[in-house]
Amino acid sequence: MKVLKLILKNALRHKLRTVLTIVGITIAVIAFGLLRTVVTVWDSSVDAASANRLITRQAVSFIFPLPYSYKEKIKSVSGVQTVSFANWFGGVYKDKNNFFARMAVDAETIFDVMPEFLIAPEELATFKKERNACVLGADIAKQYNIKIGDVMTLEGDIYPGRWDFVVRGIYHPQNKNTDDSQMLFHWQYVDERMKIETPVRAGDVGWYIVAIEDPNKAAVISDQIDALFNNSSAETKTETEKAFAQGFVAASSAIITAMNLMSFFIIGIIMLVLANTMIMAARERTREYAVFKTLGFSTFHLTGLILGESMLISILGGGIGIAFTYPIVAGFEQAIPKGFFPFFFIEPVTTIMALGAAILIGIIAAVFPIQRTLKTKIVEGFRFVG
Amino acid sequence: MSELIQVQNVSKSYWRDSFEIPVLSNLSLNVKQGEFMALMGPSGSGKTTLLNLIAGIDKPSSGRVVVADTEISNLGESALAKWRANNVGFVFQFYNLIPVLTAFENVELPLLLTKLSKAERKKHVETVLGIVGLGSHIQHYPKQLSGGQEQRVAIARAVVTDPVLLVADEPTGDLDKNSAAEILTLLERLNKEFNKTILMVTHDPHAAERARIVRHLEKGDLVGV
Repeated sequence: MKVLKLILKNALRHKLRTVLTIVGITIAVIAFGLLRTVVTVWDSSVDAASANRLITRQAVSFIFPLPYSYKEKIKSVSGVQTVSFANWFGGVYKDKNNFFARMAVDAETIFDVMPEFLIAPEELATFKKERNACVLGADIAKQYNIKIGDVMTLEGDIYPGRWDFVVRGIYHPQNKNTDDSQMLFHWQYVDERMKIETPVRAGDVGWYIVAIEDPNKAAVISDQIDALFNNSSAETKTETEKAFAQGFVAASSAIITAMNLMSFFIIGIIMLVLANTMIMAARERTREYAVFKTLGFSTFHLTGLILGESMLISILGGGIGIAFTYPIVAGFEQAIPKGFFPFFFIEPVTTIMALGAAILIGIIAAVFPIQRTLKTKIVEGFRFVG
Repeated sequence: MSELIQVQNVSKSYWRDSFEIPVLSNLSLNVKQGEFMALMGPSGSGKTTLLNLIAGIDKPSSGRVVVADTEISNLGESALAKWRANNVGFVFQFYNLIPVLTAFENVELPLLLTKLSKAERKKHVETVLGIVGLGSHIQHYPKQLSGGQEQRVAIARAVVTDPVLLVADEPTGDLDKNSAAEILTLLERLNKEFNKTILMVTHDPHAAERARIVRHLEKGDLVGV
C-alpha cells in the first residue's frame, strides 16, 4: 500500500464532489488560457515589430494623409535604407463580415521593407509588372480558396467604386507571429483612378515605412525625418514600428487590462473552490488524521497526504484544461473573422502559466486544511464530531 | 516483573474558555511489564485522560510519565510520534479504521513507518490478521465487516508493530455481548501468549473481570486496589 494510493483513494471518496471540482478547474484553466491567448496575441503584434523599421505618419493623426512627394526627401536622410509606403484601402470583399486588411502599397519596395512576407521571386516580378495585380497573405487565400490568377473584386468605401484585382502572388509568413492575412495591391493603380475621379485625393499616402541600417540610430533618424517637414502643412511624426504598434494596442489597453485581470480573477475564484473542497475533506477526516497521528505519522506525512490530494485534483483539472485549451483556441481561431487577429495561437508561456496556476491553486488550497489538521491535538481530533 | 509504566504525581487540567477544569490531581500509578490492567470509573473520572497520558497522545500539566524507560512527558511532538509508533498499540471504542483502506491496508499502516520491505510487511500483516481470526477477510473494507470484526482489525493494527504496550479505550463499548466476549478473549490471549502489557479503560464490569488488576478512578484520583 503506497501513500499515493491513499491520496488517490482519499480524492475519490466523494466522487461527485471531486469530479465537479476538477471540472471547475478545467473550465477555469480553459478560460484562463483563452483570455491569456488574446492578451499575448495582442501584445505579440508589438513584439513582432521589426527593430530596424520606422513609421512616418501625419503628426496630427494617423488618419490624415501625407504627400507622396515626401518619399524622396525621407530617402535622402542619412542611415535610411529603403522607403516604402502604404494606404489603408478598406472596401468590402463579397460581404461586410469578410474582414481583413486591404492595403494600397508601393509595389516596388513593400517586400523589401517587409522581409518577413515571403513571396516567390517570379510571383513578385509579375506583381510588380501588372498595375492591377495583388498579393494575398496565405491565410486569406486559404480561407477564401483563392488561387493565383483569380480576380478579386472589392466594393470601395473609402475609395468608392468597383475595384478588380488579379491575384498574382501569395506571400507566406516567415514566423508564427507574422501577419499573413493582408491583401496588398498597387498604390499607383488607386492613385491613377483618384487623379481622374477625385483629383483632390490624388497623391495621398497613408504612412511611410522606412527601413534603416542601424536600429540604434532610430531616434536620431526619426528626428531628422520629422525636421524635414517642420512648419509644413503636413508635419510628420516618425517612430519605431514597435512604438507605432504600441500606440494601437494602447487604444485597447483598458480592455486588455480588464481581460488580464479577469484571467487572474478566474484563477483566484477556482482557488477558493478547491480550498473549500479541501477544507471540507480535511474537516470530515479530523478523526482519521488523529488516528494517523496516534499511529506515529508525522507532520511531514499529514502535510503530504493533504497537499498530495489537493495537487492531484488541481493538476488533473489543470492538465485536462490545458489539453482542451488547444482545440478550443483552434476552434476560436476558426470562428473569429480572419484579420481580426492576424494570428491566434497559444504561446508556450500561456501553457506554462496555466500549469503554474494549477500547481499554485493546489498548494494554496491545501494551506488552510494542513494548518488546521496540524494544529488540532490528537485528543481534540478524537472528540470531533463532524 | 519490572515496572513498564510509572506515573508519578501527575495532574492534568483542561481549559474551557477561561475556566480550568481539573481532571487528574497528583495521581501516581505503576504498571508492571506483562500486566493486564483495567481502569474503571464513572464518566468524567479521568480514565481516558490517564490512558492518553500513558500512551503519549496527551501531556500532563505536571508530574512525570515514564513508559519503557522513557520519560514521555518531556518529549516534543515529533519525538513523541516516533515513540508512539515504536512502543504503543491503540484500540479505540469506535475502531477508527480508515474506511477507504482494506483490512490488510489498515493493518499495514503502522508498518509504513518502518524500514520493512513490502514482502516483510505482507508477512507481518497476514500473521496478525491470522492471529485475530480474520485471515480470510484481508481484502474486506471496514464497511464490509461486522463491529466485532472491525475491532479485531483494529487490534491487529495495534499489535502489528509488536509494541510493548497495548492501550484499549472501551474496546467493547460499541459491541454486542458475543462480539465483546470475543474481543476480550483476544486481548487475554495477547496478554498471556504474547506477553503484551495491556491497559484497558472500561465501564463494563464483565470486561474488567478479564483483567488481572482492576483500578478505579473517581474524580481524578485512584481509589482502592
